[in-house]
Amino acid sequence: MPMDQVAAHGHDDHDHKPGFFTRWFFSTNHKDIGTLYLVFALIAGIVGYSLSGLIRLELAEPGIGPLTGLMEVLYGTTGQQAIEQAKSFYNVVITYHGLIMIFFMVMPALIGGFGNWFVPLMIGAPDMAFPRMNNISFWLTVVAFIIAMISFLVPGGNGVNGFGGGWVLYPPLSSTAGHAGPSMDLLILSLHTAGIASILGAINFIVTILNMRAPGMTLHKMPLFAWSMLVTAVLLLLALPVLAGALTMLLTDRNFGSQFFDPSGGGDPIMFQHLFWFFGHPEVYIMILPAFGIISHIVSTFSKKPIFGYLGMAYAMVSIGAIGFIVWAHHMYTVGMPSDMKAYFVAATMVIAVPTGIKIFSWIATMWGGSIDFSVPMVWAIGFIFLFTLGGVTGVVLANAGIDHALHDTYYVVAHFHYVLSLGAVFGLFAGWYYWYEKMFGLKYNKFIGYMHFWVMFAASNLIFFPQHFLGLNGMPRRYVDYPEAFELWNYVSSMGYALSMVATLLFFFGMIESVIRRRKAEANPWGEGATTLEWTLPSPPPFHQFNELPVVKTEGGH
Amino acid sequence: MAEDVKHDYHLVNPSPWPLIGSIAVLVLAIGGVTYMKGLFGIEAGQLWTLVPGFLMVIWTMAGWWREVVKEGRTGDHTPVVEIGLKYGMILFIVSEIMFFAAWFWSFFELAIFYPARVGATFDATSPVWEGLNAFAQWPPTGVTTFDPFHLPLINTLILLLSGTTVTAAHHALQQDKMDNAKFMLILTIVLGFAFTCLQVYEYSEAQFTFDGTLYGSAFFMATGFHGAHVVIGTIFLAVCLFRLYANNMTAKKHLGFEFAAWYWHFVDVVWLFLFAFVYVLPHLVLGH
Repeated sequence: MPMDQVAAHGHDDHDHKPGFFTRWFFSTNHKDIGTLYLVFALIAGIVGYSLSGLIRLELAEPGIGPLTGLMEVLYGTTGQQAIEQAKSFYNVVITYHGLIMIFFMVMPALIGGFGNWFVPLMIGAPDMAFPRMNNISFWLTVVAFIIAMISFLVPGGNGVNGFGGGWVLYPPLSSTAGHAGPSMDLLILSLHTAGIASILGAINFIVTILNMRAPGMTLHKMPLFAWSMLVTAVLLLLALPVLAGALTMLLTDRNFGSQFFDPSGGGDPIMFQHLFWFFGHPEVYIMILPAFGIISHIVSTFSKKPIFGYLGMAYAMVSIGAIGFIVWAHHMYTVGMPSDMKAYFVAATMVIAVPTGIKIFSWIATMWGGSIDFSVPMVWAIGFIFLFTLGGVTGVVLANAGIDHALHDTYYVVAHFHYVLSLGAVFGLFAGWYYWYEKMFGLKYNKFIGYMHFWVMFAASNLIFFPQHFLGLNGMPRRYVDYPEAFELWNYVSSMGYALSMVATLLFFFGMIESVIRRRKAEANPWGEGATTLEWTLPSPPPFHQFNELPVVKTEGGH
Repeated sequence: MAEDVKHDYHLVNPSPWPLIGSIAVLVLAIGGVTYMKGLFGIEAGQLWTLVPGFLMVIWTMAGWWREVVKEGRTGDHTPVVEIGLKYGMILFIVSEIMFFAAWFWSFFELAIFYPARVGATFDATSPVWEGLNAFAQWPPTGVTTFDPFHLPLINTLILLLSGTTVTAAHHALQQDKMDNAKFMLILTIVLGFAFTCLQVYEYSEAQFTFDGTLYGSAFFMATGFHGAHVVIGTIFLAVCLFRLYANNMTAKKHLGFEFAAWYWHFVDVVWLFLFAFVYVLPHLVLGH
């Protein structure tokens, strides 16, 4: 990429920052809004992470133990009643864990946080196209989270607060028959709000990327992170309105007597699954594509080589996004669909392995022959490539309808999607965090703590999720509060992995605090010659408004 | 804003409206669930719980768009910013199209697979007609639908006509014939209002209901959301008319009008699909 051939770039240091309240509550600055998103994702992430702690605590050994005790504290119930409540509460915990991690942690951090921060910087734009709309995207996400939290705390059904039907919200569990209380209605409106926020954000990113690239930066010269955000935004724009439709039908089914998903009136609960997964499958690419973008930059930077097959990398993401819209029913092989349909969805799903393979091999080819600097972000990126490939391979296994009949809704599926999300998207997130930390906050972090965080996290997350493959292959179903003793060992290992991940999380926060206390001054470009994108031409942190004079990307010079 | 800015992009000043608007959505959502289910000790079914959030949303819209209009008139909307705003409006309409995709999806899925679900048998020997044969079971027995060639056809013509008048208004505006533009715009708004009135009349004559019948659910959801968009589009056009009278738009700069016209055409096209598939197709197949 020719990003290094920047003829002119203006950055003034006359920062006219507004006062505290105006700056952080009325913000129209993409960097401030990006920071707000990151802080929000951190808070929501702690909530989601705590909920997974409850899951692993309960599953550490057979029997329904810890949650029963919690029910005694929360509801004052005892004996059998507390056990019954604990079962329902377990379902509530997994539901909110999933929803919070997806909608309020990964998406705000990768898209809202890094996207807001670095798309304008990388394409040489002074800000996003619609800075004010950018801010309502953020605040609506906060509001959606607040509504979801209220939903967690009001009666859902089955004797506990909160909705316990899983993040996929299938009727009849999400119908009045399954959860009569207001919790589910609040959850629907929470997702509506988060959806509006994401659609507005998607429009903002697409317009920014199409309309505000620096002079000379054609789409085919645009950094891959901006490409990944462009594809992600298109997916959001096309997928979320369909979810909004499905959620609205669910809402009217619950409250206004319509019968879309009600079999007693001729309606079809499976239709919800189709509509949901038409959104849901692009959604998983929405979560991983920004991480792809980040990893491309890191691998290229620390191999001190341009990314291998730049155009192939960009169009691989485009084709992943496009094919992502026509594979949704592989999430529902077991609903009783015809074999022809399964055959189609198997084939279409397998096709996605091709562009994904292009990405993996291009990253490896980028490293090949490079002078690799194993810095903190680079080890996270290599960890990402390894773990995401592992999750991708189990995905190819699950794509086969025949095998999926045996593995559907087992821990094998849980292991698969945590390898691609928890160890994929989240590793990408941490890689981006350590890659851009200095740029964003103007402080150097302690590299040793960064390495420690990586190795502990790497060990911990593999300890949590690798044994879940065995559990799934042995037939342990997901979303169950209890299991037979045959599954005890690997569940115990998995829970111990969670305990270790708490150490990793502490190291993460410790690293942040350490850097704030020590206040080592950041460099504009700490990574040297490999870091060629425009954000490294600016000081760290960048001025309040950058590029008052637009940078010019020279036209000559190819890949 | 800094004085040494050497680009044409619009760096918007800090604004309170995003925060106020988000709080409005919070109040509206909680008010909505309180209305539907009762919350925090307030009983369900009281319409006033929706009022505060709704008013706040209206307040936000007025305040926010007032800022936008003001910025547009003080020169912040340079050519490059105008292109961005146009892209933005197109993408918004694209997301709206996908929203309607959900309603058409449900309508088609319920229609085509209805016989399979209720256990009826149909002639599937000819693969070409398999889909249409399935349609023969839809609407379900006992549901009397509208005759598409009475009121719905008149409504179709009204909406198509309003599409031509809004284009005429646009041409007049581009040629600085303000009186003509106002006249044509008034005509468009009247036609849009007429469509809404006839639609309300049609609803009142319906032989089926939203609650309790599958056909009614699918029909009212699809046409109802379209109707809501017609109302929004009419208001959008009315705001443009008001701005024309306030000398707020010129022959060269009238993005608000263009967006209203685009939105109106979008509403128009959605109606054509509704007319073809929700009204005419079942009618033709069933022959009643």
